[in-house]
Amino acid sequence: MSLEPLVSLRGIAKRYATGTLAVRGIDLDIAQGEVLALLGPSGCGKSTLLRMVAGLSEATAGRIDWPSGQPSARDIGFVFQEPTLMPWATALANVALPLELGGMGRREAAERAAAMLARVDLKGFENAYPRALSGGMRMRVSIARALVTRPRLLLMDEPFAALDEITRFRLNNDLLELWEAERFTVVFVTHSVFESVYLARRIAVMAPRPGRIHAELAVEAGYPRGEEFRTSAGYAAHCREVSQALGAAMAGAAA
Amino acid sequence: MSQVLERRAEALEAAAVPPRPPFGLTAEGWLRLLAPVVIGLLVLGGWEWLVRTRGIPPYVLPGPVAIAETLVRDWGTLSASLLVTLKITLLALLVAASLGLVLAVLFAQSRIVELSLFPYAVILQVTPIVAIAPLIIIWVDDVTLSLLICAWIVAFFPILSNTTVGLNSTDHNLLDLFRLYGASRWQVLWRLRLPTAMPFFLAGLRISGGLALIGAIVAEFVAGTGGRASGLAYRILESGYQLQIPRMFAALVLVSATGIAIFLALSLLSHLLLRRWHESAMARGDRR
Ligand SMILES: Nc1ncnc2c1ncn2[C@@H]1O[C@H](COP(=O)(O)OP(=O)(O)OP(=O)(O)O)[C@@H](O)[C@H]1O
Ligand SMILES: [Mg+2]
Repeated sequence: MSLEPLVSLRGIAKRYATGTLAVRGIDLDIAQGEVLALLGPSGCGKSTLLRMVAGLSEATAGRIDWPSGQPSARDIGFVFQEPTLMPWATALANVALPLELGGMGRREAAERAAAMLARVDLKGFENAYPRALSGGMRMRVSIARALVTRPRLLLMDEPFAALDEITRFRLNNDLLELWEAERFTVVFVTHSVFESVYLARRIAVMAPRPGRIHAELAVEAGYPRGEEFRTSAGYAAHCREVSQALGAAMAGAAA
Repeated sequence: MSQVLERRAEALEAAAVPPRPPFGLTAEGWLRLLAPVVIGLLVLGGWEWLVRTRGIPPYVLPGPVAIAETLVRDWGTLSASLLVTLKITLLALLVAASLGLVLAVLFAQSRIVELSLFPYAVILQVTPIVAIAPLIIIWVDDVTLSLLICAWIVAFFPILSNTTVGLNSTDHNLLDLFRLYGASRWQVLWRLRLPTAMPFFLAGLRISGGLALIGAIVAEFVAGTGGRASGLAYRILESGYQLQIPRMFAALVLVSATGIAIFLALSLLSHLLLRRWHESAMARGDRR
């Protein structure tokens, strides 16, 4: 982690037109290839922060720097809490969308999209419409779409929050597997302590009103992580530590 | 490994097709089809019985059999009139659909255009067509064109307003996604806003189909009193003057049948375009 960061945020603040100060004084470095979790209670500005990193929303103060060069449209993948698929398009067309918007020819885009669908274990579902897929499968389509441009940075906003626990665990493992292979940088928003510990190498615990980073914790467990990590003593200890930090962040906010 | 097997099973399950019910209709489907038919036959039978047992003369109320006979005998004149009315209705609908769509897209692209034109669309909509039809028929020399304009005025608004709502109903996350990938205005319109608006547009089209027919008929009535039209409404008027009541009813039957046919055709179109992805076009059991 001694390399220069992929993105660095300095003194970021966001005040919405309604007057709400969503986040304030955010300093955060995101290292190349790391998996960072943003953990915090509802309303603490996690989505706001993620959208600013993606360039979907302007910060009202502070700077966002990309030392290795401004990202292009293909450098960032975004996964929303809902699968956010186009219901009128097949799984394949949904995944091919980012490539086609970027000007790639139909055939090549379709080939790459099909390959990406296979990577998320959806081979055979290319021509299925979203409504014919289960919630977990739709989420995998959404992840495939985010990864199809081979982005340097994958931003995920509570991607698995709406799924049942079994599916969520499976997709956690799938995500780690994909990360092993591609080594993209991941920023992962969640309000689950367990999920953040299982996935992340580093956890930024946020406090609400106004949103800020209360603590940064490292999860000292190597990759690859698998189901055995969930039952390990280290996992339990980390979960306890992160819970305490989250508790302190919320107590600090209440005071 | 077990995950792979599990996923293969998932794929197989999705591929299995449930058995087709007889003639492609479920019990619910048969009920939907047969219940209205039975009611219709009962009413027609009762009507015929009443006319016969009470000896009601055909110039007061003809029975269904007499009407059907007239329909067959006068098919030559009636079908020619039907074609005239149908042509005006469909043309009006076509113009209303394309103009409504284009205008709605313009509205979605430019707030100024929307703000300056929408009130006039509303005025057009709320002005009773019976009141302005005579003016239009006087102003426009060509009868067909004047009828077309009347039918168009009535059919236009539902398409415009529905499509406008549809174009503005885009999922904001999808909009963000398009923005993230640097989509052009054109790409957003073509790939996101128009598909989103499609079910709304089709719903508007179904309403407008019936309205275009009503507009055409009303305008024909107005024009017909001056003896300048030849559509179904004119036949109704003419038969009324000549006390050929069965023929009047026969023409009326054709008007209703045309309305029903237009509605069914547009419903079918909507179903074919939406069945794969939109809730409104799915079989009930398929919904989740
Ligand atoms: N578009 C907006 N306009 C005005 N205020 C907003 C907007 N979006 C978010 N906010 C406010 O900013 C604050 C942070 O919202 P944000 O959605 O970033 O929280 P979050 O941490 O993602 O919450 P959750 O876990 O519930 O998704 C909230 O107080 C919210 O009301
Ligand atoms: Mg959020």
